[in-house]
Amino acid sequence: MCQECGCGSGGGDVKIGAHTHEQEHHHHGRERGHEHSHEHHDHGHEHGHAQGKQTLNLNRSLMEKNALLAERNRGFFHAKKLLVLNVVSSPGSGKTTFIRETAAKLGASLRVGVIVGDLATDNDAARLRTAGIPVVQITTGTVCHLDADMISKAAAQLDLDQLDVLVIENVGNLVCPADYDLGEDLRVVLLSVTEGEDKPLKYPPMFHSANVAIVTKNDMATAAGFNRDLALANLNRVSHHAHIFELSAKTGDGMKAWLDYLTNQRAAVNGK
Amino acid sequence: MDAAKSAGATRVRKLRLRIGTLSGVVPESMRFAFDVVCHDTMAQGATLEIETVPAACWCATCQAEFECENFFNECPRCHDVSGELRRGRELEIADVETS
Repeated sequence: MCQECGCGSGGGDVKIGAHTHEQEHHHHGRERGHEHSHEHHDHGHEHGHAQGKQTLNLNRSLMEKNALLAERNRGFFHAKKLLVLNVVSSPGSGKTTFIRETAAKLGASLRVGVIVGDLATDNDAARLRTAGIPVVQITTGTVCHLDADMISKAAAQLDLDQLDVLVIENVGNLVCPADYDLGEDLRVVLLSVTEGEDKPLKYPPMFHSANVAIVTKNDMATAAGFNRDLALANLNRVSHHAHIFELSAKTGDGMKAWLDYLTNQRAAVNGK
Repeated sequence: MDAAKSAGATRVRKLRLRIGTLSGVVPESMRFAFDVVCHDTMAQGATLEIETVPAACWCATCQAEFECENFFNECPRCHDVSGELRRGRELEIADVETS
């Protein structure tokens, strides 16, 4: 369950590739029940000194577990000389097409593997697999985001030594994934021209956290009545530190600048 | 609850959370969820206290913090725009009161 929207509380197991993983919070929930009932027996004799009120100072982030796992992922990926991207956007912004075209155009120069997250179906994975890209599908059931633990389990199903770039296609959602570090080098947010220029203003945490912002479906800009200046102004305001690219994965227009940037970023990781 | 158990406590009476104004967490929703999550545990009936942390940005020009309500802000002193958030994204457990 995530603290943003409480998703995942209705059940449904996370499925990574061919395996099913019981969601950990459910597991804990059950454990708690058991431990609780034992507790009364085990600690019965300790009531004497435990009965008084006491305040335990914890000062710990609720996101601590994910943050630690994400750092572990990052270290592991760096050791493997991988450049890792966390691609986020609203549903239907064109993440899958964008990733497929990026992988195809990089060709043999950089080998791309993908971890793709959706609530249900492996349609996106199938689309990427058809293009010859190594891919692991995570179906999250009712969970609206990917977390660092899912990524480490999914990555174990890829032959990482055969890859240079690992792309994580997050669940289409501009809210909750913003809070979950996956251990990526770059967070890439997509904004398609059909979505409206004010998306960055409506979902500032996500756009603020992005290292790269990409305006996609640029071939449809005129038909959609896309106000480019306004969109860029909004992006610059919220994602002021992000690199901005404008492209169409479908026509290939603008892809070169993005691919050059990616190649440089990967060289930087390789040099670490 | 693990911390409370290891301290030898049998009940959690109160939980104090520190929540930043830009954390994305809605205190009302948190309170609602808290009761549900605590049901049938050692924290059943516990009080939830939420300490709000006002968001603040860092102004590089003035070398000082200023309170803000959003992710992109103008410094009230020099009117430079800053997006360097120093506080406001907190989602932390401050302490638990046990017995």
